[in-house]
Amino acid sequence: MRSNSKLSFAHPPARPGEKPDFSAVDIPPAGVLAVPALDVTATDCIELANSLIRVLDDDGRPVGPWADYLGTPDAETLRTGLSDMMTSRVIDTRMLNAQRQGKMSFYIQQIGEEAIGCAFQQALRPGDMNFPTYRQQSLLIAGGYPLEKLLGQIYSNAYDPLLGRQLPTLHSAREHGFFTISGNLGTQYVHAVGWAMANALTGKENIAVGWIGDGSTASNDFHTGLLSASSYWPPVVLNVVNNQWAISTYTGVARGHGRTYAARALGYGLPALRVDGNDYLAVMAVTKWATERVRGGHGPVLIEWYTYRVGAHSSSDDPSAYRPKDEAKAWPLGDPIERLKQHLIARGDWSEQRHIQAEAQILAEVVEVQRRVEAAGTLLDPQPIPGASIFKGVYADTPEHIRRQRQEMGV
Amino acid sequence: MPHMTMIEALRDAMDVMLERDDKVVIFGEDVGYFGGVFRCTAGLQKKFGEERVFDTPINESAIVGLGIGMAAQGMKPCVEIQFADYVYPAYDQITQEAARIRHRSNEQFSCPIVIRMPTGGGIYGGQTHSQSPEALFTHVAGLKVVEPCTPHDAKGLLIAAMQDPDPVIFLEPKRLYNGPFNGDHAAPAQSWKAHPLGEVPEGHYAIPLGKARLHREGDAVTILTYGTMVFVAEAAVDRLGLDAEIIDLRSLLPLDLETIEASVRKTGRCVVIHEATRTSGLAGEIIACVQEACFYHLEAPIIRVTGWDAPYPHAQEWDYFPGQERICRALTSVMES
Repeated sequence: MRSNSKLSFAHPPARPGEKPDFSAVDIPPAGVLAVPALDVTATDCIELANSLIRVLDDDGRPVGPWADYLGTPDAETLRTGLSDMMTSRVIDTRMLNAQRQGKMSFYIQQIGEEAIGCAFQQALRPGDMNFPTYRQQSLLIAGGYPLEKLLGQIYSNAYDPLLGRQLPTLHSAREHGFFTISGNLGTQYVHAVGWAMANALTGKENIAVGWIGDGSTASNDFHTGLLSASSYWPPVVLNVVNNQWAISTYTGVARGHGRTYAARALGYGLPALRVDGNDYLAVMAVTKWATERVRGGHGPVLIEWYTYRVGAHSSSDDPSAYRPKDEAKAWPLGDPIERLKQHLIARGDWSEQRHIQAEAQILAEVVEVQRRVEAAGTLLDPQPIPGASIFKGVYADTPEHIRRQRQEMGV
Repeated sequence: MPHMTMIEALRDAMDVMLERDDKVVIFGEDVGYFGGVFRCTAGLQKKFGEERVFDTPINESAIVGLGIGMAAQGMKPCVEIQFADYVYPAYDQITQEAARIRHRSNEQFSCPIVIRMPTGGGIYGGQTHSQSPEALFTHVAGLKVVEPCTPHDAKGLLIAAMQDPDPVIFLEPKRLYNGPFNGDHAAPAQSWKAHPLGEVPEGHYAIPLGKARLHREGDAVTILTYGTMVFVAEAAVDRLGLDAEIIDLRSLLPLDLETIEASVRKTGRCVVIHEATRTSGLAGEIIACVQEACFYHLEAPIIRVTGWDAPYPHAQEWDYFPGQERICRALTSVMES
């Protein structure tokens, strides 16, 4: 007898050598989805979790209930957002080049995903805590983190606040609301929930913010995080950055026969929204709503940010081996910097000329910091932090066996 | 001084700390309303409320992962894994997160969490209620690993663990929960209520982590052991009438190297005993430390007595458990060398 079952294996719409094809991506018009009440329940989020919240229409105009909810941001706020995204991209470009020159071991770009971190960070307050992934330096850049420290961590030199202990881009910046990143995936989604529980238990008004990629929604701890948030209802925003690719693995493998990642949350009883992550205004509007909901004691929420990973997974990856080279250009939701720029120009608050000037200014600033940081050591000119430093902070107090090993190292 | 079982002593430690420090929270499977399958947290939710003592879903990664997030935000979680055999879903959280947060953040964040779990065999628990996984944790820099064998130590060490700034794996030898056990499963059960080591001071006291306990002083041979095996080793020594020194290590990471080395230098002979499987077990590490520091004082090869390298059996439990007979053979061999 033959089995009636045939296994299913997800495939991307196009592979190298083929024409990029996003025809199956279902994009509703901007402005059609409603803004729910802050205390909305999961059962009333079915459309919001399965459709796509967009604010900027194809002409760069904000439309619909989410645009109304956001109001008209002042020009300076949006210019700051644009500048943050441009800074992030300049850093990504220059750091990848430096990595290619052999100045650092490794780098992870976030090109195409800048709007999510840059706009989200604007809604956070001192004392709020992000539990980020490795592709979210945008949170730090938008949060005013000193570029010396940001680059110092990447070069693992004397500017590195983490003393060279972590791979480039695995930052930690408590004072800037950025939890120490671990290279294993998913675990920190649960920490965000635990941190938020601690805030609630100790009467702190602050919130926690969990981040995970679409690939890592497959991890145990994604489900552990959702379940824990559902069980205890703490003040946490749980984000999924869906950038379509988990290294070389097409997002459909992690999504399976589910329609969206946002919809995963509904089964746990968590409200969920799905948003165009390349639309800076949509990110602003939904972040405003989500943080208001959570700060107001209405409980957790999950947001799926729909975006596209333009760069390689990391400096060690070559995406031309598994997806069409020009796929990023075909992404139907465009580029977040270009879209905000066009919106600002349409508002009369920006111009091509100002944009070019701003680009030059940001580049000069980054280059200046990069020169200073590189002077403190690169892999081509190593000025390492002394080896004995690795024994400090394994424990609060150094035990005897580690003291002996430090002696054995010869220091 | 009152007598307590180890269960009562552990509960008393948590009671004292819940009272003293409002950052302390206790949670795990069945620990809230019901008070734990071994009753270690009985009555604590009623006394302190469910924001301090609560139930969790059956998800060890949640129990530890939430605890890590809470600890990093300044709380002092003391969580229970129902059996050490169930800890593996939390192994990623323990080894790659709890153990490293202080170090990798250059001390921006820390993780003062206590993870309690019943360990060891002797209760007809089969392979998923009898394991001794201590070496899986002593291999991890950044963790502390503790295993008391008396009610007095259980309370004082648990309080110390809950006050410690770093993550502590707190292993509770479940066969000793209600009374000492000398390895003779056919003998009537003993109770801590009639045992001098069942005396437990009232109120707050802490026993420093990292210090071994001299269980019995002697000059002929050093026995290094911990947990249930302390009492089995003592019975074997009594049977042989040996002048053995028994050191209850109780802190498995860090080890009390000074106490261990001083004893072996004195006796010149050493036997290491644990319930856990042999290969890559903690005994191997202890023996390496001893021979590195005491080689020229040794008069005989060091022998280890351990669980066999097989999954913990059900019906063959007493063939597996390192009982008095095997310890007597090892001691005799070390004394005759």
